[in-house]
Amino acid sequence: MAQPAAIAANSIEDPALAAAEAQYFAAKRARAWRRRAMPAVGVVTLIAVWFALVEILKVKPFIAPSPQAVLHTLVDKFGMLMENLVPTAIEAVSGFLVGNFCAILVATLFVHKKAAEEAFFPIVVIINTIPVVAKAPILVLLMGYGLEPKIAIAALICFFPTLVNMVRGLESVNPQTMELMHVLSANKREIFFKVRLYNSLPYLFSALKIASSTAVIGAIVGEWIGTNTGIGALIVQATYAFDSALLYATVIVGSAFSVTFFLIITLIERLVINWQPNMAL
Amino acid sequence: MTALQDVSLTLAQGSFVTLVGPSGCGKSTLLRVIADLVKPTAGRVGVLGRTAEQARRERAIGFVFQDAALLPWRTALENVELPHEVGGRRERPAHARSAQELLELVGLAGWEKAYPHELSGGMRQRVSIARALAGDPKILLMDEPFGALDEITRDRLNEELLRIWEKTKTTILFVTHSIYEAAFLSQQVLMLASKPGRVRELVPVDFPLPRRLALRDTAEFVKLAARLRGILETC
Repeated sequence: MAQPAAIAANSIEDPALAAAEAQYFAAKRARAWRRRAMPAVGVVTLIAVWFALVEILKVKPFIAPSPQAVLHTLVDKFGMLMENLVPTAIEAVSGFLVGNFCAILVATLFVHKKAAEEAFFPIVVIINTIPVVAKAPILVLLMGYGLEPKIAIAALICFFPTLVNMVRGLESVNPQTMELMHVLSANKREIFFKVRLYNSLPYLFSALKIASSTAVIGAIVGEWIGTNTGIGALIVQATYAFDSALLYATVIVGSAFSVTFFLIITLIERLVINWQPNMAL
Repeated sequence: MTALQDVSLTLAQGSFVTLVGPSGCGKSTLLRVIADLVKPTAGRVGVLGRTAEQARRERAIGFVFQDAALLPWRTALENVELPHEVGGRRERPAHARSAQELLELVGLAGWEKAYPHELSGGMRQRVSIARALAGDPKILLMDEPFGALDEITRDRLNEELLRIWEKTKTTILFVTHSIYEAAFLSQQVLMLASKPGRVRELVPVDFPLPRRLALRDTAEFVKLAARLRGILETC
């Protein structure tokens, strides 16, 4: 909202200033390019090292594949990989939605009923300390071999970080803002919808970004037990078949999905939280 | 410890009164009691012939905090509109200024869509004054509103506040720890003594309006400031 136009207009009249300005912006562009190019250089280097190691050490294909073999598998078996991505994606996204929705509801309850928070928060902490790998068989026994137990695992894994962050976001309202709402005679509902909810959004999105990748982990771990479709099942099958190229390709597909999910949440965050100074990704 | 005891204030309608006293004399507490932000441990509080709670519910009181306390997710205009959206969704009285007019009144025309992080400290406090006036209050309470600002901004806002007050004719009760600010702004300076907080003296200030900053360099002003300081030392 600042008006730099006036400053820019003044400086153009002085050639020395204009040159300095041009130099400044050129340096800025160079830095921006560098920031974009360096990660690509890192990836290329890593693949080159991988290629060299497999070639030089003559690593057997059933131990680790070469980059070309993985690329071949990615292309040849693309249809099969996508078929397996679909159930995993459905489970991760559904679990993400269910888990976060429940966490937001429970956080709202906790903020308005302190007694509930005091009674149930320790239980939530205990459930969260159980590793996913241990929770998975319990849920499979309870819910069978369909999509449901995987969704439940993904939901559970999202639930805790979001709950903790959401409670903090709803409660950490500036005390003077609460005094302001009191002077304005605002009721609890108005304070919730006009203040607490907005205040919690930055906290919520940092939890959602974590949840977007953990939900995928939850779905994959769920698929390790008693399923024959999905990224998780494919990982297990490829391992038992010593098909290392397929294993690597599957892992790449899974993490590409994770990254996409994360980027979508980051994009939504930028669209929703439009009142903060420009944040770097 | 007794913060305040037997304090009674009578403000003439449309007057500008500042509260000055040593720290711990309860000047902020007095403001908070009037605004129903603090309940007295004993006794009763009457504001405009009602209880403090009734006065608050009727929006008889506007409050300006030291920190502007703007909602960062609302633009300047939306912040000024907040009082009309909460506390029973009261309609704006026909004679009251719109949020747009209030922003123009505090000198922020053209900044309606700016978010608080895009505004300077002084501008944020202007928005907060506009918001406090949005309920069309009978009394505007200001709790060291310019205390956190730099001196130049503070001086400018002192002049601006007098201009706003002359235009709105709102009764203002203003807490400050600066005797210069008190002498410049008010028609009456209410000196509080501490332990327990009580009214020490009411000093009238007779400088004509409109006042400009140059007033502070006149002999009369310096004399008044010296007198206020003298009283403050015995508080």
